[in-house]
Amino acid sequence: MEPNTATPTEQAVADTSAPAKRAGLNRFFGAQAQQKLLAFLSLIVMFIFFSFASPYFAQTDNILAIMQATAVDGVLGISATFVIITAGIDLSVGTLMTFCAVMTGVVLTNWGMPIWLGVIASIATGAFCGSVSGFLIAKLKIPPFIATLGMMWAVKGLSLVVTGARPIYFNDTPNFDMISQASLIGYFVPSVPIPNGVLILFGLAIVASVILNRTALGRYTFALGSNEEAARLSGVNVDAWKIAVYCLAGAITGIAGLIIASRLNSAQPALGQGYELEAIAAVVIGGTSLAGGTGTILGTIIGAFIMNVLLNGLRIMSVSQEWQIVVTGIIIILAVYADILRRKRA
Amino acid sequence: MPTPIISIDRVSKSFPGVRALNDVRFELLPGEVHALMGENGAGKSTLMKIMAGVYTRDSGTILYNGREVSFGNPREAQAAGVGIIHQELQLMNHLTVAQNIFIGREPRRAFGLLLDEDKLNRDAAALLAHLNLTIDPRTVVGDLTVAKQQMVEIAKSFSHNSRMLIMDEPTAALNNAEIAELFKMIRDFKSRGVGIIYISHKVDELRQISDRVTVLRDGEYVGTVPTATTKIETIISMMVGRTLTDVARDTTRKPRDEVALEVKGLNCGALVKDVSFSLKRGEILGFAGLMGAGRTEVARAVFGADRAQSGEIWVAGKKVSVRSPRDAVAVGVGYLSEDRKRFGLAVGMDVAANVVMASLWRFLSLRVFLRERAILAEAGKFVKLLRIRTPSLTQEVRLLSGGNQQKVVVAKWLARDCEVLFFDEPTRGIDVGAKAEIYKLLRELADQGKAIVMISSELPEILRMSDRIIVVCEGRITGELMPEEATQERIMQLATQRETMAA
Repeated sequence: MEPNTATPTEQAVADTSAPAKRAGLNRFFGAQAQQKLLAFLSLIVMFIFFSFASPYFAQTDNILAIMQATAVDGVLGISATFVIITAGIDLSVGTLMTFCAVMTGVVLTNWGMPIWLGVIASIATGAFCGSVSGFLIAKLKIPPFIATLGMMWAVKGLSLVVTGARPIYFNDTPNFDMISQASLIGYFVPSVPIPNGVLILFGLAIVASVILNRTALGRYTFALGSNEEAARLSGVNVDAWKIAVYCLAGAITGIAGLIIASRLNSAQPALGQGYELEAIAAVVIGGTSLAGGTGTILGTIIGAFIMNVLLNGLRIMSVSQEWQIVVTGIIIILAVYADILRRKRA
Repeated sequence: MPTPIISIDRVSKSFPGVRALNDVRFELLPGEVHALMGENGAGKSTLMKIMAGVYTRDSGTILYNGREVSFGNPREAQAAGVGIIHQELQLMNHLTVAQNIFIGREPRRAFGLLLDEDKLNRDAAALLAHLNLTIDPRTVVGDLTVAKQQMVEIAKSFSHNSRMLIMDEPTAALNNAEIAELFKMIRDFKSRGVGIIYISHKVDELRQISDRVTVLRDGEYVGTVPTATTKIETIISMMVGRTLTDVARDTTRKPRDEVALEVKGLNCGALVKDVSFSLKRGEILGFAGLMGAGRTEVARAVFGADRAQSGEIWVAGKKVSVRSPRDAVAVGVGYLSEDRKRFGLAVGMDVAANVVMASLWRFLSLRVFLRERAILAEAGKFVKLLRIRTPSLTQEVRLLSGGNQQKVVVAKWLARDCEVLFFDEPTRGIDVGAKAEIYKLLRELADQGKAIVMISSELPEILRMSDRIIVVCEGRITGELMPEEATQERIMQLATQRETMAA
């Protein structure tokens, strides 16, 4: 829950220091870490399996394709992780991502503004819409499921209205595609051409972990999911923090909007629906409970990779698209069931 | 001597890392009320769960009606006639009384395709009449009082032809009149030959209702004694393994002259009507009254948990506006709820996180980042100060005992440096040893100049701890007593001065 920066002071420990040490180790080998380890191992196993099953799987181009796809799912997953830890849910991340991309398109292509304004437009749009969802949930007490369902349709419609249902291309903005597609690392180390989109994902994951584990916002994110009423009666301004969490989640969704717009070099207004479920699936596979109160960013990232390695692997093995979807569903159920089994044992 | 309903011999049970029961003995005769006592963690609930088929024993024998049994699951135990009334009632609030009683065994009609609701209600009415209960089987359970719900649960258990009933803290949520009703029901069961295992922390109840007492301590069998001829002090010392020095009333203590809190004409909903009182620094003010009289509601209104309709609140001589708990906390007023798990703690979070929950802003650098070391140091300070027994500061609170959880809540408010503290039923559900520690703690806090309101349904506790007593009835303050003039009878008299009684 909180990082293991200091061992508890001597006097704090009623018994011997052995249980304290064990508690420290539990941070790494405890229930949550076990889930991550399990998830990580299944990722490796899948990787090895597909490498043997198809000679194309482990080729650089294919690995890069997996990474590109994971970048978007992973960033959306991080957004969803925050909301889900508060025991909420955000169904709007997919279409909101598209709306953010569209707003970037408006600012860059229609208005001809510089790139950095486009970046700000996307993140600000996300943060604003997230805040609105947060306001509906915290102040008007609309259940998160309903509030974000409404937001999902509203921004989907707005994307179509703003664009006239036609894609906006970024052909007039050279270098926009570099945000996601170029490789900063590859520039210095040509043998590791990890695309920027993935670097953004990793960078964001680190920042999100710090926010979640080391800041007041993160602490209250857990507190909201663990026992909102207890937090309120402790004098915590739960409404404000809840809005802050949804605002942050929206801003992160805005970053996903940038990545996908850059990757497609266009804003596709009809795209987006379905991504929210992939994001939630990544979070759940990563061991975050939909009941709130627990969760990790690392788990979500691993979850996002599992989803995409699996889909890519099945595709490469020429499994038909219809069956890919079926398998995805089964994997999600298995992952959650494995988690339940492990909790029962603990 | 009749065959015991259940006879347990040298039963042991271990969980990973804990030996919960070690060679425990227990016996229940037909028509007997047998109390099972012990501090939290003594093994009462483990033993109870073994009898009810929730756990299976590691070793030892259990004879049920003279035959050796091993219940594999609760359903088997229920079928054999073992009924259990949990502290948290297991009823479906949206269904009616009759639907609840016969859940899973509904009478059917039309070749089993449809439910026979008429027969269901008739059967339930007959059952309730048989038990002398005046409850309409068509009532939705959620609309009943807790006491009535409990009776429904007991009736449900009885309808399974239970030969023995296990009752876990059945009086925890009942007022005195309701307790009397419950005891009447228990005596009725006794006369029908049903054996009852009665688990309670309230020692004085045992006198009234139980025939024998079995005491467990740290998973070990301590002994079985007849209630009538055993002193309560003996039972307590069996439970704690030492003689408790009773915290006597300290008459030397004197509140200071500064007024810490003044409430004038507070109104909030149906249970806070024109409430005015004041509280000095260093004073422990007891809030007495029946369950549901509005004591908790007064505390919640002062604390801003419920928004008051009118009234003034003055803290340390200044009028303050309290519209939310945040406002109350900001002026140094804290509230420790009677329901720790729902309103006091984030039980899934660790000790340190809970201790700093109300004062997190003091542990931030750049107003954003948590200062982890400072948080652990602060939590460590209070763990030591309040003698909280926890293996570490990063232990999840749900794994602590009730008394230690309560102390974590206290630590939360001390960390916030509150000057006025409302303790709502501070000793509910915690064992005798921990109770004494909580009393001592309240004294120490008052001596340091904190102003304390203690809400309690246990009159001996009120009489022993309070510097002044306020009695609440139906949302109004019906009396104020100094401890010298207060007796249980006098308090009860004030607590039942209902306006509705006159009508």
